Amino acid sequence: MILSFDIIILIFLIVAAIIALNVKDLLSSAMIFGIYGFLICLLWAEMGAVDVAFTEATVGAGVSTVLFIATILNTRRRSSD
Amino acid sequence: MSPKIFASIAVVITGIVLLYGISDFPTFGDPRSPANSGVEGGALSSSLYYINESYGDTKVPNLVTSVLADYRGYDTMFETVVVLAAGMAIFAILRSTAKDDETVPGPARKSSIDGDHNRIIVGMTCRLAVPVVQIFALYVVAHGHYSPGGGFQGGVMLGASFILIALAGSLEDALGRFSERAYMTLASLGIFIYAGFGALPQVLGENFLDYGILQKIFLTDGPEMARSHSMLGVEIGVALTVMSIMFAMFANLSSRGTLKGGL
Repeated sequence: MILSFDIIILIFLIVAAIIALNVKDLLSSAMIFGIYGFLICLLWAEMGAVDVAFTEATVGAGVSTVLFIATILNTRRRSSD
Repeated sequence: MSPKIFASIAVVITGIVLLYGISDFPTFGDPRSPANSGVEGGALSSSLYYINESYGDTKVPNLVTSVLADYRGYDTMFETVVVLAAGMAIFAILRSTAKDDETVPGPARKSSIDGDHNRIIVGMTCRLAVPVVQIFALYVVAHGHYSPGGGFQGGVMLGASFILIALAGSLEDALGRFSERAYMTLASLGIFIYAGFGALPQVLGENFLDYGILQKIFLTDGPEMARSHSMLGVEIGVALTVMSIMFAMFANLSSRGTLKGGL
């Protein structure tokens, strides 16, 4: 456990979470959420939970971002009903 | 404005409750915590058993894999079933088989990257990258005993390689390599393989998912190696299901269930 590395990642995590919540564009929000997932992956790898970090890198940062983007591009701002 | 204030209050209260819950946790790396000392309220904790005995029980050096696929086999099996159920839910909501669907977004793309000069660099790069991704994914599945990884991670990477084909070329390109019939069959087959490895010991007179008796089928020296081999089979089942469901989710989400056009 490297403390300074931890603190840097945690600061970036909080910044990424706040930006992902506040940004107006849903596409940018999905991208920043991917960055958030990758930062969590770094944190877990650094804590020694390599299997969990691997899962987070593939699912959280990889595929779920793509699924978010695929969904966002196929939805409209207002419903047509 | 007021809903936002209510939401903020709810978030702050939840955060305080969570932080209060964390205060009971042992600190990170505390040698006296139940997970590390092996003593939990006077009795021996299960984590110490896994650390000391799992290699002797299963001959699998990666502790995480042996716990996930053998000791907690039920858990992983129904996690895989949850993945299948999520894919089925998306399929049931989105998939439309209407013949003349006018909601296809955007112009229809050419089915091949050849001849489309705007996308040739991206297309060729992905063509080169996809085999590397897939071989690494197979390595992750097969090597899950010895290194981090396993069925779930490898399956997601295999699914992601097909998603990459769909993103770089077109959805028709990817569906030509991995059709709807194929991914539906493989998703169910993965669960079937897992449950089959659970049911085989039952046929031979042991408990569900108790792989040790499979030494009679695998002709190994003892029950340990039979467990190790069964874990590989189980991981392959998980990988098949996860790969198929990941690609099925993308194909249905990106084309609004028509499986035409894509992103």
